Formats: sequence, structure tokens, C-alpha cells
Amino acid sequence: MRARAHVGPGRREARAWSGERGAAGIRCVAYNNQSNRLAVSRTDGTVEIYNLSANYFQEKFFPGHESRATEALCWTEGQRLFSAGLNGEIVEYDLQALNVKYAMDAFGGPIWSMTASPSGSQLLVGCEDGSVKLFQITPDKIQFERNFDRQKSRILSLSWHPSGTHIAAGSIDYISVFDVKSGSAIHKMIVDRQYMGVSKRKCIVWGVAFLSDGTVISVDSAGKVQFWDSATGTLVKSHPIANADVLSIAVADQEDSFVVGTAEGTVFHFQLVSVTSNSSEKQWVRTKPFQHHTHDVRTVAHSPTALISGGTDTHLVIRPLMEKVEVKNYDAALRKITFPHRCLISCSKKRQLLLFQFAHHLELWRLGSTVATGKNGDILPLSKNADHLLHLKTKGPENIICSCISSCGSWIAYSTASRFFLYRLNYEHDNISLKRVSKMPAFLRSALQILFSEDSKKLFVASNQGSLHVIQLLEGSFKHLHAFQPQSGTVEAMCLLAVSPDGNWLAASGTSAGVHVYNVKQLKLHCTVPAYNFPVTALAIAPNTNNLVIAHSDQQVFEYSIPDKQYTEWSRAVQKQGFHHLWLQRDTPITHIGFHSKRPMHILLHDAYMFCIIDKSLPLPNDKTLLYNPLPPTSESDVVRRRTAHAFKISKIYKPLLFMELLDEGTLVAVERPLDDIIAQLPPPIKKKKFGT
Amino acid sequence: MAALEDEFTLSSGVLSAGPDGLLGVEQSNKTDQFLVTDRGRTVVLYKVSDQKPLGSWSVKQGQLITCSAVCNFQTGEYVVVHDNKVLRIWNNEDVNLDKVFKATLSAEVHKIHSVRGTEPVLLFKEGAVRGLEALLAEPQQEIEAVLSDGEVIRWTKLFMVFRHPVLIFITEKHGNYFVYVHMVNSHTLSKYTLLRGQEEKSVIQSFTASVDRKFISVMSLSSDGCVYETLIPVYPTDPEENQRVVSSLLLRAVVSGSAPSGVALTVLDRDHVAVLGSPLSASKECLSVWNIKFQTLQTSKELPQGTSGQLWYYGENLLMLHGQSLTVIPYKCEVSSLAGALGKLKHSHDPGIQVMPPFVNWEASQGDGLGSQHAEQPRRILRRRKIEVSSQPAVPPSKQLLTTIMKDSEKHIEMELRKFLAVKTPDFHAIVGDLVTGLLGRCQVEPSFCPRNCLVQLIQTHVLSYSLCPGLMEMAVKKTDVQLLQLCLQRFPDIPESVTCACLKIFLSIGDDSLHQAEIDMESVFDYGDSVQGDNVAAPVDVLQNGFSPEGDTCLSCCQEVPAKPQDAAAATPTCPVTPQRAALLNAILHSGYSEAFLLPHLKDIPAQHITCSENATMTLPGIHPPTLNQILDWICLLLDANFTVVVMIPEAKRLLISLYKFVKSQISVYSELNKIEVSFRELQKLNQEKNNRGLYSIEVLELF
Repeated sequence: MRARAHVGPGRREARAWSGERGAAGIRCVAYNNQSNRLAVSRTDGTVEIYNLSANYFQEKFFPGHESRATEALCWTEGQRLFSAGLNGEIVEYDLQALNVKYAMDAFGGPIWSMTASPSGSQLLVGCEDGSVKLFQITPDKIQFERNFDRQKSRILSLSWHPSGTHIAAGSIDYISVFDVKSGSAIHKMIVDRQYMGVSKRKCIVWGVAFLSDGTVISVDSAGKVQFWDSATGTLVKSHPIANADVLSIAVADQEDSFVVGTAEGTVFHFQLVSVTSNSSEKQWVRTKPFQHHTHDVRTVAHSPTALISGGTDTHLVIRPLMEKVEVKNYDAALRKITFPHRCLISCSKKRQLLLFQFAHHLELWRLGSTVATGKNGDILPLSKNADHLLHLKTKGPENIICSCISSCGSWIAYSTASRFFLYRLNYEHDNISLKRVSKMPAFLRSALQILFSEDSKKLFVASNQGSLHVIQLLEGSFKHLHAFQPQSGTVEAMCLLAVSPDGNWLAASGTSAGVHVYNVKQLKLHCTVPAYNFPVTALAIAPNTNNLVIAHSDQQVFEYSIPDKQYTEWSRAVQKQGFHHLWLQRDTPITHIGFHSKRPMHILLHDAYMFCIIDKSLPLPNDKTLLYNPLPPTSESDVVRRRTAHAFKISKIYKPLLFMELLDEGTLVAVERPLDDIIAQLPPPIKKKKFGT
Repeated sequence: MAALEDEFTLSSGVLSAGPDGLLGVEQSNKTDQFLVTDRGRTVVLYKVSDQKPLGSWSVKQGQLITCSAVCNFQTGEYVVVHDNKVLRIWNNEDVNLDKVFKATLSAEVHKIHSVRGTEPVLLFKEGAVRGLEALLAEPQQEIEAVLSDGEVIRWTKLFMVFRHPVLIFITEKHGNYFVYVHMVNSHTLSKYTLLRGQEEKSVIQSFTASVDRKFISVMSLSSDGCVYETLIPVYPTDPEENQRVVSSLLLRAVVSGSAPSGVALTVLDRDHVAVLGSPLSASKECLSVWNIKFQTLQTSKELPQGTSGQLWYYGENLLMLHGQSLTVIPYKCEVSSLAGALGKLKHSHDPGIQVMPPFVNWEASQGDGLGSQHAEQPRRILRRRKIEVSSQPAVPPSKQLLTTIMKDSEKHIEMELRKFLAVKTPDFHAIVGDLVTGLLGRCQVEPSFCPRNCLVQLIQTHVLSYSLCPGLMEMAVKKTDVQLLQLCLQRFPDIPESVTCACLKIFLSIGDDSLHQAEIDMESVFDYGDSVQGDNVAAPVDVLQNGFSPEGDTCLSCCQEVPAKPQDAAAATPTCPVTPQRAALLNAILHSGYSEAFLLPHLKDIPAQHITCSENATMTLPGIHPPTLNQILDWICLLLDANFTVVVMIPEAKRLLISLYKFVKSQISVYSELNKIEVSFRELQKLNQEKNNRGLYSIEVLELF
């Protein structure tokens, strides 16, 4: 196959999950032990949920909101997720419908900290005005219960004693210990401002942790980790660990280890270690430093088997504790999650347009062209550069959830959390005119996924109530044709859509249930693909054969014949033999699947670090063959080429790869997002000398 | 880590401590209580935890207590002697010492000793020893004179050795010191003359001693400020003969000898001694705790009000007179373990697998004490017994092999061993350790038995470590078996620094002839052998891989003199000052792991002529596995640190020092330049990236399969 690749390293365009002001760093992480899920909030207010059991797949997300800067995130009983932020509101998220359930003002000014009680039935927030407020969690809401003694300055960190009787609150220059019953402060522990002889202006207690033996661990802006005895209110031990702020702390459930993150990008692991080899006396020892971040580590979490950290540099790092990992498998590897696990770019094949989705705007680009030809690897001179056609800003403070451009390029649709927009585009030579389609029906308030049919006559919208709307597009107006309702009262939202090129079939998948296939002509459910344990990361329906290709987060790929309602022969063969172990060990999910119109045996899929063309006509690789098999030199005889050839043609020339699609028979478009560009947009890290003298 | 905790004082109201301090502090039969006797008439019983006296007794006006009161642990009574001859025995209920039991003896008592597990023992000034019961049965019995005229008892101590009390006392006569060891039960007395080496002229100011089953280790603090150690056998080979024992230097210059009120020394545990006196640098008196294994100062505490130069150590408390009050400083020594943090301890609970300490056996690292080895033995036997119990009733092959080792000939053992090694058993690791221990044990019993091949085989299994068989390297050092030492250095991950140093000494001092005979693994100097034959082979490369040479001609000229330096000139191919065999051995040392703090004190003992040799050598050892530049530099730095004063004085070393100085200087300037141009580097890198960038948008031709 020979293709002309349009490669756009999207310096400006593909800052997909962040606002224009720069990358959205990670602000908080919260780990839920029961469901093994990790909630991550970013500085733009986006909240993402990662399923650690499903290869760390980002299975859900809640779009950000300009005024909703999240400062704290916590899970409570029944796996409910709450966040609080500087707008003073406590927000509960609906994990089924993927929207904000309600937001409630705590009336204490900006909220800096929040923690759930050990039982998970109460919520405690620390506010700007120095108040600590207790909320009772009711089945469908939260209810203010009472205030604790007001403190002088803002409450930056909170921690509950495991028995639930006391709490520790970190403020500026001191830590207070409250009795929960009476709500009064029983101790005030003053933190030393000095560090290495230098007196800082203030010492901010960034994090506290209350252990069951009454020890309070604090981390502060003077670079100290300190141990306090909460019964007497005295300092027990002090570990100076950094020259900069120590920003975050998380303790393991067993209380035998904890982790702290510093502004220098270092994460330190502390462990409770026997003083002598067999004595019962134990002490906290700083054991392992990790440097996986370049910038502030704003937040850390401690799962039973791993240390999780995130910070300004936008990386989410999951570092397994090797002594806790029993088997060498996927979980034993260090994971660094940088890119979103969904596709934020859509393209119009006919007009060669790319639509980039940003937090608060959309950009439409027309690909350039060339008249030159060349051989493999050549970069051709451009006769026409890529054009920035359109910059579409959203109204209001909400982030864009999803967007799509129709194949003919004349329709653009996008949605925020509360509004749905549909635009009609008209092209007259180089001019482009845009007209918003008004009077969207009330049920189309917000969408999780939008898709146009190949002939641009139909629009499919997955709303967050779980229903799927089919809308017929007419010139300048639309007609609601049908709504597929979710089965038997489930409200699970559909996140991924795929439509067959002939427009007959529509496949939709939610976060956990299987993939449903609908017959668009007859407007009824055609079949449901057998459920699989791992969430779907990408879906596509092949032309002509109407085979549905499904990629899962455990890197399995299935091919399901829609007309036959069964897996195809090839898919069965693959499952029988199993994928190559290196294929299964890849650590980013497949985010997009495409097909070549003239080569039915080919499937194009890509993740962030490679793209692969699966040639179903070739034999499958087994574990002994080389999976990553770069093009053999042409000098080799055909026999050798054929012998070494296998079905997976993998290329890693473009990475990190955000999007790749076949435009026509000979054109491929790829969107790269170089990491350096992300780093360049970040504030500079704390300077450290590289060469010691 | 040894540490002194916060001090506290016992109320001193009752005591009248004179300028000479107290007469003595002795343990009472309750652990927390001490009997303090002053130089006047008073005995006070203190409870340390309460910091207050429980009782106080005085003799009549005009009488004078002449030796410190002790507690008879068997009866709970207290015993004291006043006016040299009058013995008093009383208990807690007694109020007045005049009314208590009294016995007048026929000779003057020097000191009463009492330890747990035996009756008090009295030492008379003439050197005779009597148990209390025997004396009370006949107080006026005749006391013989043991010591010659003019011989004065300087120091005494009573030990329990295998439940037998042994009294040791040291006398002085005309500047000569004699050590007497008196077995109280068997009434055997052996006398040793204490031979002192270079410290002949100095006066011994304080003694202390500890016992280690077979040996009494007497430590003395001389007026030159050094601590010397003398090993005295508990059971003399020939009690009649007057034997000589030699003292050896243990710690150098810990205090200045000219303390106004004297100095004192006390053994705390196997590794630590406490020294009271003023350190060389300061004028104030200090209590310092020294680690004698590593010769490091562990901790110290200033005592600004001055002391009486007396120090007692009981239980976990150090007692001394600080100013006018009796001060107690608790002493703690904990073994810290970081291994727990690394998750290693977890595995020690696995059932079935024999537990091996994951730690380096520091106890055994002291290469010289025979006693330490013997101390190991019972534990090992115990451990072996554990195996027998835990394993199946049938005799396991390892057990069979062990008995073979104990009895059969070398040949046979070798064969059996080969068979055993062919089949790997589950607790292989532990069994190999036991096998080596068994072999070594037999080596000690039969000097002719030398299972070298077996040992080499066992070492090459890669499962041995120093801690598993501490005796192995000791034996190799003793036999100067360089090949075995090299193997150990290559294979063992945990060799203590003292042993590494001992190896270094051997490697440097062993004659070339014996080196030629030894089969040494020459892999690490393989290239070098070639370069000796052909004279214009490329110069060593390992020292050159840094930014050194561009630093200009000024230093290049001198560097060429350093064997390590020449880069371009083939004519200046270095001549290694040592033979390739020795070089290979030295490389083995360079490759071994060490910790600076522990290595440094041992390096101090290396003779000066060896230092230059080794420094020259470390710079010229290329080969297949050459040590890295950092390894070499670290060693040179350490050697220099340890012996700087000596090296400076040696004329041969001058050139070397100058070149090293230049080298370091140039390195510093390289690094500072690097720091300066770091920003430019980054800019360059950025430019480079931009060049590689395809730009914002490009169209490429791509051939896809």
C-alpha cells in the first residue's frame, strides 16, 4: 500500500483536552478501593474516571466548567463521587448518566479541602473563611449539619481519624485537631516556618493525614514531612525532604506506608519499618524517591499495590510497588497516562477537512496539497498549505463534550453539558459561511457522542439519558426521526457510536454494557454483541461486509458480522490463537479504527504510539515471531518477505499520535502531538542544577 | 546505632564527693538500684528511675570506708569494708552500721567484687583472693601474699565465665604491668606480663575488660590518648609459667592524655566503648562512644562541669560524677534495619525454607578475634538441628554430605559435592552455606585439610555471600590464597570493608613469585597483557572518556607523566607499575562494593609504600571489564583521604599528587563551564529539534507494506 500522508503535528490545533491557556494539569486524584477506580480532576474542572482493573482505561469523563476549579475530590459510600472547588460549591457526579447530579453552595467561600468520613456517610469541607463544615450524605443529596470552630485562616487540608472521632485540619502556620462530637478544636500545633535556617513568610500545611494510632502526618510549604502526636499536640519527628513545597500526601489503608509529592516533581515513599530485624518496634523511614514528573506533584494517591501521582505536567503516573505485585503482568509496569483515551478529531473525507475539538472552541482546517511525487520517506513540497478555515468559540463557561463534522463537510455539530449546537456550512470558492440551525428540540440538550451518516443525511446523537436519537438532516433544517430508548430502565449513557457506510446499521456502546446494533432503516434493535469484561475503546463498521470491529481496553480486537449476528471466522481464528504478547502489553488503548475502501481485508487502527494495518489475509503472528516487523528491504527475495510477513503491520513513525484516518485510496491523515509542545506550554519547573560542581 | 540519651542527675545531697570522686558505684540486686560509696563514711542506695536515694548508711565518725559497698546477690545483703580490715554486712532494714554484723580480717582488703550468680569475692591488697563465705567461716584466717614488694593493684574485675567466677587484676611495678587471672573456684592463678609496644613510655590511665568465652579482652587507655587491647586466655595453657601478652592498638588518639582529672574507659558492648576525658580538640570534658569495629566516633556528650575521671556502666546506664552530682546517661544501641523497607524481611517467614539473615554479619567481620568464630559455632549447630527437625525423617542428601565433609578424604568430598551440586534442592542457598561452614570447621580442626577445589566450586555456585560463610575469606586471608580471594571479591555482594582492606593489603604485599604461581582470573586485564607485548598498542581508554583532554596543553604535558594520561602519543604508552596478575587482583577490589565511611578507617592502616603503588596501579588497568573511571577516582580519593599526611611526605608521590590535583582542577573547570553553557546547550537542542520537526504541516510519501 502506498499512501500520501498528511501529517499535522497539531501545535495549536490538537490541544484537545485543554483550554487555550495551556495544558490542564492534574489537580486531584481520588482512589476508590472497592471498585478499583481512580477519579482525576484537572485544573480546568474536567473529572476523569480511570478503571484500574481495565488496563487503566479512562472510561468516563465529566466536562470541565470555567468557574468550577476543583480543589478536592472524594469517593463516599456507595461509590458516589463528590468534588469541591474554589467556586464554593460541592458537586456530586452521576456516574451512570455522566452528568453533574447537583451542585450545592457550602457558603464558606472557596473550598480548599474536602474529605469523606471513614464510614463514607459524612462529608467535611474546609473553606476559605476558616470554617470546617460537616455535611450528612443522604441517599440522593447532601445536607448541611454543622460548623466546627472557626479558624483564623483558610483550611487547606483535612483528614479524618479512622475511628471517626477526630479530624485534623491543616491551615496556614498551624494544624488543628478537632473533636467531631463537640466540633471544638482540642489542639493547635504550630508548624515551624523556618527551613534550613531561612525563615519563610508563611508555612502552608498542604496536606495532613490522621493515622489510627493518633499520629498526624503533615506536609508543608517549607519542605517538611512532620509527625505529630495528636493526643499531646507535640511534634514527634520531622523529615526535611525538599527545598520546595511538599504538596500532597496519601496513606495506604494498612497505614504501613505513605507517599508524598513535592513541587520539585519528586515523589517520596515512606514505609513503617521494624527498627531491628525482628523487633516489634517500628519507625517511619523514607525509602524510595521517584522522579517521574518535571513539575509540581499536586496530588498523590496510594492504592494497595501502587503509588499514583499527578501534577502540573499533565501526566498521571501509576508506579506499582514491586514488593506488593505478586505476578509479573500488566500491573507491574510503570504507567504514564498523558493523552485522553478518546478521539477528539473528526474529518470530512470528501472535502479533506479536519475538525479539532478544544475545551472551549472548535477549529476547522483544510488539508494542503502538493503536485510533486516522491519515494518512500520523502517530504513533498507543498503547493498549497493547510488552511485554518474556522474558529468556532463556544458560548458560556462549559467545556465542549463532543463534536463531529459530516463527511461532506457541510455540517458541524457539537455539544456542551447543557446545549447542543448544529451548524450548516456553505462553501463558495474560498469563502465559507456558517449558519446555526436554531430551535433544537428540548431533548437534545446535551450529547455524549455525535455522528453523521456517511451520506450526511442523518445525524445520530447519544444523549446522556441513555437514549439514541436519529435525526434526518434537510437543507437548513432537521427532522427528528426516532429515539432508541435504553433497555429496561437502565440509564447508562452511550459513549461510542459507529455507523455503517451504507447507512443501514448503527452500533453504540456504553461504558460497561455490551455493544448494541440498531437497524436504522427499520428503526429497531438488531442485535447485541455478547458482553465482554473490558470496556470498548473504539468501534467501526467495515464497508460492504458490515463487519463491526470492536477494540477493548485489554487490547483485544473482535470482528463481528452484523448481518450474520456472530463473530467472523477471522475473529474466531484470532481468539483461538491469541494475540501476540507484545500486542497485549501495549499501554495505550486503540482510539480509532478505519478501513480502506478498496482493500476489504485491511483494518487500520491506532493508539497513541503506533498505528497498525491488520491484513486479514496474512497469517497471524505467534509469540515467537517478531511483532514489530518493519518493512523488509526490497533487496530481499519475495520468499523471505512472504515468510516474515504476518497480519500485523505496525508503524511507529508518528507518535504521539492523536488521530489517523484514511481519506481516500492513497491519502492518509495523521495528527501528532509532540510532547515537547505540551511541556513548552507549561510554566517552567523549579530550576535544578544539571552539572554538580 | 549507638546513642546517648538525655542525662539526668541523682540528688547529691547525701553524698560528699571529694576531689577524687567516689569510691565506687555498684549494682544492687534490683536492676534499677545502685550502691554509691563516697570517699568518706557514707553508702547510699539510689533508685535510678526515681532519681532519688532509697537509703543511706554511714560509719562512725573517725572510721573511713576503704572499699566500695557491694550487694551480695545471693542473700540480698550489702557488704562493705571500712578501715581496710573491718567487714560489715547489713540489709535494707538496718539503720545504723554500728549495730550490724562485723568481722575483722587479718589482712587489708583491696576490693570486694560481687556479680550475679556467685558469692562476693574479696581481693586483698597482697593479691590473695577469698570467697565471702569461706572468709566468714574463719575471719582471722591467714592471708597469703601473692604480689611482690612494690607491686600495686591498679584495676580489678570479676567475670562469670561458664558459671565460674574469674577475677582479673592488673598490677603495676616500676612502670611494668602484670595481669593476674584468678579462677576463684579452682584457685588457679596465672600471671601475664603485659608487653607494650611503642606506647612503652606512656602511662596507662584506665582499664576495662570484657570476656568472650575463651578470652578476656583487656582494653587500656594510655596517656597518649590511644586505646590498646590485650587478649588474655581465660584458661591458661600452663598456669605455672609467667607468660607474656602483647597489647595492640585499637583506637587512635581518642582523648588527650593530659586531662586534669584523669580519663576513664568502659566497654559497653562488643562493638562500643565509652571514653570519658577531654578530646584532643576541646578542653571541655566529654563522654564519647566509639565504635571499635569501625573506629568511628558514634556519639559524644559534653560535660562542661568536669568529672572525676570515673565511669561506671551497668545495665543501660552510664554513671559518672559530673560536677558535684552523680549523673546518669542512658545508653542505647539499636541495630537499624533498612532491609525491612525493601520488602526482604517478608520472605524470612516462608515455612520450610531455612532462615538466613539477609544482613551482613558484622560480628564476624573483625578478622582477628578467634573468639568471635567460636561464638558463632553454637548458633550454627543449633541451626543445623533445626533442619533435622523440620526436614523429613530420612536423612537428606545435604545432611549426608555434611557428615561426609566431617569425615572423608578431600577427593571423596569433591566427588560427593559434584553430585550434590548437580541436583538443585529447594533450600539450596542455605545448604551451600552450611557446607562451606562445615568445610571451614574441619579446616580449623585439621590444619592439613585443605578442600580448595570444593570451596572454589561452592563459590562458583553464585549463591554464597559473605554473610553465609564469614570464615571463608578469613581463612583465605590467613592462607594468602589470592585466587580464592579474587573469586570471593568477584562473587560476594556483601564483603565488609575490613575484609576488602585486608585483601588489598595482601594483594599489594604478596611477592611477584607467588603471584605467578597462582591461577588468577586475568579477564579484567586482558588487553593489558597484549599491550605489554606489542609496544604501540592503543593506550588505555577507560580514563579518557571525559572532557578532560580538551583542557589545554598546560596540563597535558604533566599528565603524560601520569601513566594514565597519554592519548595520542603511542610512545608514551604507560608502563604499569604492577604485574598484570596483581593488576587483576586490584581490579577485583576496585569492582567490589563498599561504603566510604566504613572503608576509610581501614585504609588508614595501609603502609605508605603501598599507597603510591596502589594509586599508580589504579590508574592503569585496562581490560575487558575495566573498572569505570568513577570507581577508580573514588578509590584514589579514599586512599588520599585516609593517608593524606603520609602521602604528602613521600617524595615519590609528589608527582602523582600534582597530576591528580591538575586533574581535579580541570574537572572542576569543565563542570563549571558546563554549568555556564547549559543554557546554550538547551537552545541548541531546541534548534536541533526544530530542524527535525516536519514543521506544523507536511505531506510525506509513505510506503505501507
